[in-house]
Amino acid sequence: MSVDIGERAPDYTLPDTAGDGWSLTGEGDAPTVLVFTCNHCPYALAWHERIADAARDYADRSVRFLAINANDAERYPRDSYEAMQSRVAREDWPMPYLHDPTQRVAREYGAKTTPDVFVLDAEGTLRYRGAPDSDYDDPSQRAAWLRDALDAVLAGHQPERAETTPVGCSIKWKR
Amino acid sequence: MDRGLTVELLWWEGCPSTERALTELREALDELGLPGDVAMREIRTDTEAEAAAFTGSPTILIDGVELMAALGKGGDAEPAGLNCRVYVRRDGRVSPTPDPEDLREALKGARQ
Repeated sequence: MSVDIGERAPDYTLPDTAGDGWSLTGEGDAPTVLVFTCNHCPYALAWHERIADAARDYADRSVRFLAINANDAERYPRDSYEAMQSRVAREDWPMPYLHDPTQRVAREYGAKTTPDVFVLDAEGTLRYRGAPDSDYDDPSQRAAWLRDALDAVLAGHQPERAETTPVGCSIKWKR
Repeated sequence: MDRGLTVELLWWEGCPSTERALTELREALDELGLPGDVAMREIRTDTEAEAAAFTGSPTILIDGVELMAALGKGGDAEPAGLNCRVYVRRDGRVSPTPDPEDLREALKGARQ
């Protein structure tokens, strides 16, 4: 399964590292950014600060950023809920880090890699999906594709670049 | 005259970093005037990963010694498994491939 650009994204509630539940499609009048990520993928780690900076920069426009870890923690213990809690405790996270232990959300959205970015408008319609920017190895890119998409959605437009190929480690599906 | 080195690149299809790692490895070999032969070994299963002590893709062995271990930068022991390997560049950035300078240094050390 997956969500296509222009489709309403499915809503689920997932727990963050404090145990509080978060609705994925939002309940306000601002966009939501979902970032499928994890604790140990070098691509996810390389892009993490750029995405976190974007979360900080767009906070005053009420944009919600939600990071989601769906990796199979049984085979990859570094992606366990406890490991997520430890990471958030020692780092400065400007967004909640949600756990998708059944992998249902990742499957319904069609997430493929870590990271894989989904931008939803205030109505929960998918407006952008793909990589944060064109090069994990170039911090000066500043998650430009994600920021372009958000700027368009905030202006009430469909982003010109609505879909890019996500780049990163494959999501670790349960067997 | 330089003696030949055995250079092996272990990879897993779940990581998109293999091509870049191979390109940078061949560039380093070329810069040092070493033969560009790199043996590619695909790791397909957890069992193969454990047998090869494969902690992530790409893993580069030079004369059987893992690149970062040869440089004394092995760090915390990671469990064997089908993962993408985390490297840290010399400027502190996290990367899915080794720092090219680390490649050159390890190759220089091995040929001596």
